Amino acid sequence: MHGGHGRLSIWFFIGLLLTVYGVLILGSGLYELWVPPAHPAVLANLHAGIWWGAILLIIGLIYFIRFYPRKQ
Amino acid sequence: MPSALALLFLQTSEKILSLSPVDLLVIALYFVVVLGIGFYLKRYTKTGEDFFLAGRDMSSWVAGLSFVAANLGALELMGWAASAYQYGILAAHWYWIGAIPAMLFLGIVMMPFYYISRTHSVPGYLKLRFGEPARALSAISFGFMTVLMSGINMYSMALVMEIILGWDIHFSIWVSSITVAVYVFLGGLLSAIFNEVLQFFLIWLGALVVSILGLIEAGGWNGMVHRIAERWPGQDYTHMWKDLGSFASNPMGINWLGIVLGLGFVISFGYWTTDFLVVQRVLSAKDLRSAEMAPVIGAAFKMAVPLIVILPGLLGLAVLPEHLVGEAQAGHGLHSYNEVLPLMLARYCGPGLLGLGITALIAGFMSGMAGNVSAFATVWTYDIYRALIRRDADDQHYVSVGRWCTVLGVLVSIGTAYLVMQFASIMDYVQALFSFFIAPLFGTVILGMLWKRATPAAGFWGLLVGTFSSIGMWAWVKLDPGALRYIALSPHAKDMAENMYRALWSWVICVVVTVAVSMATRPKPDHELVGLVYGATKMPYEASVPLIHRPAFWAIVVALVLVIVNLIFA
Repeated sequence: MHGGHGRLSIWFFIGLLLTVYGVLILGSGLYELWVPPAHPAVLANLHAGIWWGAILLIIGLIYFIRFYPRKQ
Repeated sequence: MPSALALLFLQTSEKILSLSPVDLLVIALYFVVVLGIGFYLKRYTKTGEDFFLAGRDMSSWVAGLSFVAANLGALELMGWAASAYQYGILAAHWYWIGAIPAMLFLGIVMMPFYYISRTHSVPGYLKLRFGEPARALSAISFGFMTVLMSGINMYSMALVMEIILGWDIHFSIWVSSITVAVYVFLGGLLSAIFNEVLQFFLIWLGALVVSILGLIEAGGWNGMVHRIAERWPGQDYTHMWKDLGSFASNPMGINWLGIVLGLGFVISFGYWTTDFLVVQRVLSAKDLRSAEMAPVIGAAFKMAVPLIVILPGLLGLAVLPEHLVGEAQAGHGLHSYNEVLPLMLARYCGPGLLGLGITALIAGFMSGMAGNVSAFATVWTYDIYRALIRRDADDQHYVSVGRWCTVLGVLVSIGTAYLVMQFASIMDYVQALFSFFIAPLFGTVILGMLWKRATPAAGFWGLLVGTFSSIGMWAWVKLDPGALRYIALSPHAKDMAENMYRALWSWVICVVVTVAVSMATRPKPDHELVGLVYGATKMPYEASVPLIHRPAFWAIVVALVLVIVNLIFA
C-alpha cells in the first residue's frame, strides 16, 4: 500500500517504529520478570512494560502489515 | 563526535531520571527514523507545491493529525501538565472552550475561503483580500512571532532535558534543532507532516501509560478527587466553571467572561484560524472536503489531549509525596510545577517505557519546532522574499530559498532560545505574544472573509492599530501595574486574565478601526472578491453527499461532546 505519488505511506513508518518499540519494551518488561530491578517503579507488580509493549507490538504489526509496500 | 557524546552524558546530581541502555536505544531509534523520513521524502519534494504545501495531496486524517500535532509542542506537554498541577482542571479550558469551537469554525466556515482562493499562506490570503500592505505587515509579524515561538520550544526542551536527565542544555538545543533543520530542509512540509503524525502517535503512547497507571494508583477518578480534597483542603482543583464567578475565587485570577470571550473567542479563534503554523497543515489537504474535515478530526483528538496532559497534572496533586512549587522557589530538593510530568514518568515507568516517555517529550518538542520552521520558510519565501525582494524567479529558485530559509529559521530560533533564557515565565511570555499579533489578525481575517464592505486600506490600518494597541497595553501594565484594573477590569486579575483581556481589547480596536476606515474608503468591486468573501463566493453544494461524509455533521457531533464534557466537569 502506497501513499500519494507512489511513495511509502506514513502509516507504514508508524507501524515499523511501533513494532520495533513493542519488541524492545516487551523484551525489557520480560527481562524485569527474571531480574527484578533494585529500585522498582510504583505499581511495578502490574508489569506495565509487558502489556504496554505488547499493545505497541500489536498496533505496530497491524499498521506495518496493512501498509507494507507491495507491487501493484 | 566524542565531545558531543561526552556532553550527552554530562549529568548533574539533581537529575530526576536515569536512563537505561534500552531507553537510550528507544530515543536513538526515534532520531534515526525521523531523519530517515526526511532523506526518503527529499525525492518527492521537487516543486514549490511539494515543498511548501506537501503536494496538496494529504488525506483528511493525515492533515487533521498533523494539525493537532504541530500544536503539541513543548508548552502543551510540560506547560499544561504544570498548569493542571498549579490551577487544577481549570487548565482544561485551553483544550476545550479554548480550542474546539475555533477549530470547528475553521473547518466549516473559514476553510472554504482559504482553500478555494488557492493561497499558499494566511498572509497570502490577506494579499488577495486586502492587498500588499496588509500581507507585508502580517508576514513580518508572523515571521517574528514564529522564530520566537521556535526558540521557546527549543529552550523549553533543553531545560527539561537538563533538569530531568542532566543533559547539557546547549547540547540539547543544537542536536534537536539540527535534526529538525535536516528533515525539514530535505522534505519541506511533507517531511514535517509525516514526522508530526508519527510524533502524534508517540506522544499518545508515551504519555497515556502515565495516566492509566496514575488512575489505578489513585483509585480511579473518584479516588483521585477524594485524595486531592484530602491533601489540599479548602482548594477546588476539580471543577471547571464553579469558581469562575469572580477574579478572586479561583487560583488563576480570571472570571468566566475572560475565559469565554478572551480565551474562547479571541485568543482561541485567533490562534486556530489564522496562525499559519496550524492552518498550513490543513491547506495541504487533497480537496476541499478533506480540508474542511481535517480541523474537525483535529478537534476530536484535541478534546482528548487533556487525558495525557491535564490528567497527569491532577494525578500529581493526588499521588506525588512532595508538594511542587513555583520556579522561583525550586531547587535544593524542591521540584517545580514544570517537573510534574517527568516526575510522574519516573514514578511509573521502568526501562523501555521510560525511554518511550522521554521520546514522547522530545517528539512533542520537535513537532512544535518543525511546525514553526516550516511555516516560517513558507511565509518568508512567498510573502516576504517573492513579494518584496524578487518577484520573477522560477519555481526551483523559490524551493531553494525555502530550503535555506529553513536553516536560517533554525539559526535565528537558536539565537532566540538563548535570549529566552532570561525570561522567568515562558508561558506568560507566549500569551503576551499571542495577544500582540494573533488577536488583531483574527479581527482582520474574519472581517475580510465575512464582510464584503471591508476595504484594502481598512484591512491594513485595522491590523496595524490593533497590534500596536496590544503592545501599548502590555507596556502600560509593565510600567504601571495599577493599570491592570483598567485592562482586565479588576485589580485582582492575574497574568492570565491580563492576557485574555488585552487580546479582547486589541481585537475590538482592530474591528472598530477596520469598520470605521471601511466606511470612509472605497471597497473592492464584487468580481474581485470571488473566492475570498462570503456572499461573493459560490459555496460547494453538498446535498448529494451522505450525512456521514459531511464535515458539518461531524462538527455538530464534536460540539455536542464538548458541551457534555463541560457539563460533566462543571
